[in-house]
Amino acid sequence: MNKLLNFFGNLGFALRSKLYRLGAGTRLFFLTLIYSADSFKRIHLTIREIYYTGVLSLVIIVVSAFFVGMVLGLQGYYTLEKYGSSEAIGVLVALALVRELGPVVTALLFAGRAGTAITAEIGLMKATEQLSAMEMMAVSPIARIIAPRFWAGMISMPILATIFSMVGILGGYFIAVLVIGVDEGAFWSQMQANVDFSNDIIDGAIKSVVFGFACTIIALFEGFDAPPTAEGVSRATTRTVVISSLTVLGLDFILTSFMFV
Amino acid sequence: MSDNLISIENLSFGFGKTLLHKDINMQFSRGKVSAIMGGSGCGKTTILRLIGGQLTPNAGKVIVDGDIVHEQDRNGLYHMRRKMGMLFQHGALFTDLSVYENVAFPMREHTNLPENIIRDLVLLKLNAVGLRGAYDKMPAELSGGMARRVALARAIALDPDIIMYDEPFAGLDPISMAVICDLIRTLNDALGATSIIVTHDVAETFSFADYIYFLADGTVAAEGSPKQLMASKLPFVKQFIHSEKDGPVPFHADAPNYKTDLRL
Repeated sequence: MNKLLNFFGNLGFALRSKLYRLGAGTRLFFLTLIYSADSFKRIHLTIREIYYTGVLSLVIIVVSAFFVGMVLGLQGYYTLEKYGSSEAIGVLVALALVRELGPVVTALLFAGRAGTAITAEIGLMKATEQLSAMEMMAVSPIARIIAPRFWAGMISMPILATIFSMVGILGGYFIAVLVIGVDEGAFWSQMQANVDFSNDIIDGAIKSVVFGFACTIIALFEGFDAPPTAEGVSRATTRTVVISSLTVLGLDFILTSFMFV
Repeated sequence: MSDNLISIENLSFGFGKTLLHKDINMQFSRGKVSAIMGGSGCGKTTILRLIGGQLTPNAGKVIVDGDIVHEQDRNGLYHMRRKMGMLFQHGALFTDLSVYENVAFPMREHTNLPENIIRDLVLLKLNAVGLRGAYDKMPAELSGGMARRVALARAIALDPDIIMYDEPFAGLDPISMAVICDLIRTLNDALGATSIIVTHDVAETFSFADYIYFLADGTVAAEGSPKQLMASKLPFVKQFIHSEKDGPVPFHADAPNYKTDLRL
């Protein structure tokens, strides 16, 4: 009986703390929106954060995209060739990237590269009392620290996802056309004919905006909520990657089922 | 105008159910350097946070210049904090900004001064703490004592009425300690400010503070000028001032019977 009570007690506690964190995260988001006007007055802060979250993520995004594109080219070619339609490789690579892999893989890499940096930085700022010091100087850390990083993430992520898709297509082109020898005209023309701007490209862009929002707000919240100790910051950083990745995959399923089915 | 810039009246505060402070009363006079002393973990820093409005008391009130701190809304609180400067235990310098930008930070946030005036003011403040030559360094390049002096320059950037110091001597070498001691007194007198220092360094504090509060067991155990406290016969004060390892503050933490624990 006691074990049963303990089980429900623990379950309730876990549920309540999850709900609390969800509420606190939502509150942080609305506070960020409220303080955004303040932070736009110092637009250089947002621009600086775009550099840290966006520009510095470019290398990993470009390299990964090229490899993903090449793998798609190879795998796609072997399968399509069996059915004698290897010219459709361009469509396959482009659709896979624009609809799914571009936004999803970019978001996963973004969570690992930029999200962790945001969480660790804010967590350490909290641990070294920098956020308290800011509060004591009558400056809101949400306006000065959180909002610029939020908008930087929101702006960077769709651009990174677009770059990912473009470089990925080039990777596919490199393997399919230059290495394997698929007809170049067929590669591009089939892609142009079958990739729809509003259905595929815009939907992919919407995905990247949603993922950008999720990854950035999770990273910011985890950093802001981290216990101010070495262990607390390290756990928060890990949680950023785990929660962001799962959220991105979950959201992707939901969005895909609305957009493409 | 009251003589006391800050007064704490019947204050009780605790994290959760246990009370850290029980019915505390303190007064901090204008223009004076007051110290709050006590063992580690007795809630000294918490008092500074209560004065700064970062924490809300469970009962009682903190009054700063006639206004009750925890009744202020966010704008009122921010307005109040502009009159306060706080030096954090490890400086809390913004690690992504240079020394110059750290000191300029409050000016940029709260004033519309042109850049050339900000530059002059920053150099004046840095000169006051003896670090004008280090204006272009990053916080990571500074020693602990230097970082704390830069943080002090930042705390006085807007010429505050109240300067609060959280453990300003912790972890400093004797020379840096003497420098900080001297700076606290000089800045207080030059700015006509009211200073509150939270510390457990007896010798330094007794050498320059005007008034001292001793905290123990959540209450004010003793108070008075350094001279009065030196002459105090109270066992706790004697133990603290003369660093005796056993006394009212026991050497051993609460524990079950020693023999029982060792199964003898």
